[in-house]
Amino acid sequence: MNPQAIVEGVIAGSTIGLGAIGLTLTYSILRFANFTHGDFLAWGAYFTLSIVGFLGGMLAGLGAPLKPFSFGLALPLSVLGGMVLTVLLALALDRVLFGRLRARGAETIIIVMASFGASMALRSLLEFIYTARPEYYTKALQIAQPIGFGMRATPDQLFVIGLTAVLVAGLHLMVTRSATGRAMRAVAENPALAGIYGIDVGQVIRVTWVIGAALACVAGVMAGLLVQIRPYMGFDLLLPLFAAAILGGIGSIPGAMLGGLIIGLSEAFAVQIIGAEWRAAVSFIILVLVLLLRPQGIFGRKVE
Amino acid sequence: MTALSVQDLRAGYDPDLAIVKGISFDVAQGETLCILGPNGAGKSTLIKAVAGQVPVQGGHVRLGDKDVTGLPSHALVRQGLGFVPQTENIFASLTIRENLAIAAELLPRPKRAGAIAAMFDMFPDLGSRPTALARTLSGGQRQMLAAARALLTEPEVLMLDEPSAGLSPKLVAQVFETLAQIAARGVTLVLVEQNVRAALAITNRALVLVDGQLAHDGPTDALHDGALLGRLFLGQRAGAQP
Repeated sequence: MNPQAIVEGVIAGSTIGLGAIGLTLTYSILRFANFTHGDFLAWGAYFTLSIVGFLGGMLAGLGAPLKPFSFGLALPLSVLGGMVLTVLLALALDRVLFGRLRARGAETIIIVMASFGASMALRSLLEFIYTARPEYYTKALQIAQPIGFGMRATPDQLFVIGLTAVLVAGLHLMVTRSATGRAMRAVAENPALAGIYGIDVGQVIRVTWVIGAALACVAGVMAGLLVQIRPYMGFDLLLPLFAAAILGGIGSIPGAMLGGLIIGLSEAFAVQIIGAEWRAAVSFIILVLVLLLRPQGIFGRKVE
Repeated sequence: MTALSVQDLRAGYDPDLAIVKGISFDVAQGETLCILGPNGAGKSTLIKAVAGQVPVQGGHVRLGDKDVTGLPSHALVRQGLGFVPQTENIFASLTIRENLAIAAELLPRPKRAGAIAAMFDMFPDLGSRPTALARTLSGGQRQMLAAARALLTEPEVLMLDEPSAGLSPKLVAQVFETLAQIAARGVTLVLVEQNVRAALAITNRALVLVDGQLAHDGPTDALHDGALLGRLFLGQRAGAQP
């Protein structure tokens, strides 16, 4: 077996893991499976692409590659803007749709179906604005360098893995050590009791959207940087995202990341062992196995 | 001075079905009040409505001189109302210290560590293992953590919904001893309780609710012999002949 599958799996797993973190947070705190999360990835990638184009047009020097990477300073700067716009999109969606349904006491299935419809609308709007033609942050070619044990990786790929590690570690510390993180865990366990403790549950929900949407944007940009940007990129990632979040245990940040890595590696090995046409089936098979054998996931706990 | 004033309160989960049907009472600062009544009388719904957990359909709730009718729970805590629900009253997945730290966020930053330390002094069982997950606590210890959390915010009024529910007799005694200590500190206490004798022993005034309405309001002394209470529970108003 070619050890390169490990690199491919870890890179794909990084994107899936980051996306799954946002999904698992919204799932645990807002208590519904948010189908629009995949579209936040795609919208984040396109928002960033637009800002990259704008900055590149204004200041040509920002587009020059930062060696050894294929992208210039415009991309990291644009990601910040893309994160802000993706967060605003998520907050707006919560305000006009999900928040209103929550206020009416809508059942979970209604909110899930609403997210499904919103997802289709967001995807179609994206295709209408940007067309279905694939886009790229950079068309510069990169040569993969040996990194040991018979594996090779490009500088962009190593950057993505490093950035993922930093973001996951930072977010894990925030959730486990900060007052905001304690409040998020409290709301995830019991929103009514959180209010009695003095926690503003509405504020925690907004923070959750901010974190989830910002991470979705970063994950989308990563996918766009390493592969390509397409309106359906988020939709295509949705099943792996759900599989990773459920495999890791709903609400667990390390779990979502680990779940993402397991899904990414499984897909990469499946491509090598049984063929690329089975890649998409891997997430589904893992999801079904987890639901049958350990529905609470790796880091989840059975409901008492 | 009145700490809590409830006037003509109507409340219930269904907008077309009131469980609490126009109840009025005032609680003076430092007073200890128990709310008694048969199952389904609306005791828990009453204090949940006051605490922002059940929709208020009419009437008014005032804390001191502030009208707090219909405010959400988190806003009521900031206005000085502490509430301990009957069940699921702690975060089981958080440590003991984290449970208290969440409540301490309502205090000015310099006071937080001291307030948590004071609760650990008051409840040594909690202070001896602050990093233990709350799910590992016994029933009595959970009630103590819930009470400590509510006390930590220095509430003007502390309301507890059946703190002895589901506990063994030994733990019930422990919980009521703690509540007596809290009352002795001058905290205005409102207690909903099925354990009538224990509740009467630590409070100085009792309300009896029957079918969502106030059937009796008076000193606890009048209820100690049990005869009047028995008649009230059967639906006869105070003063009526048996």
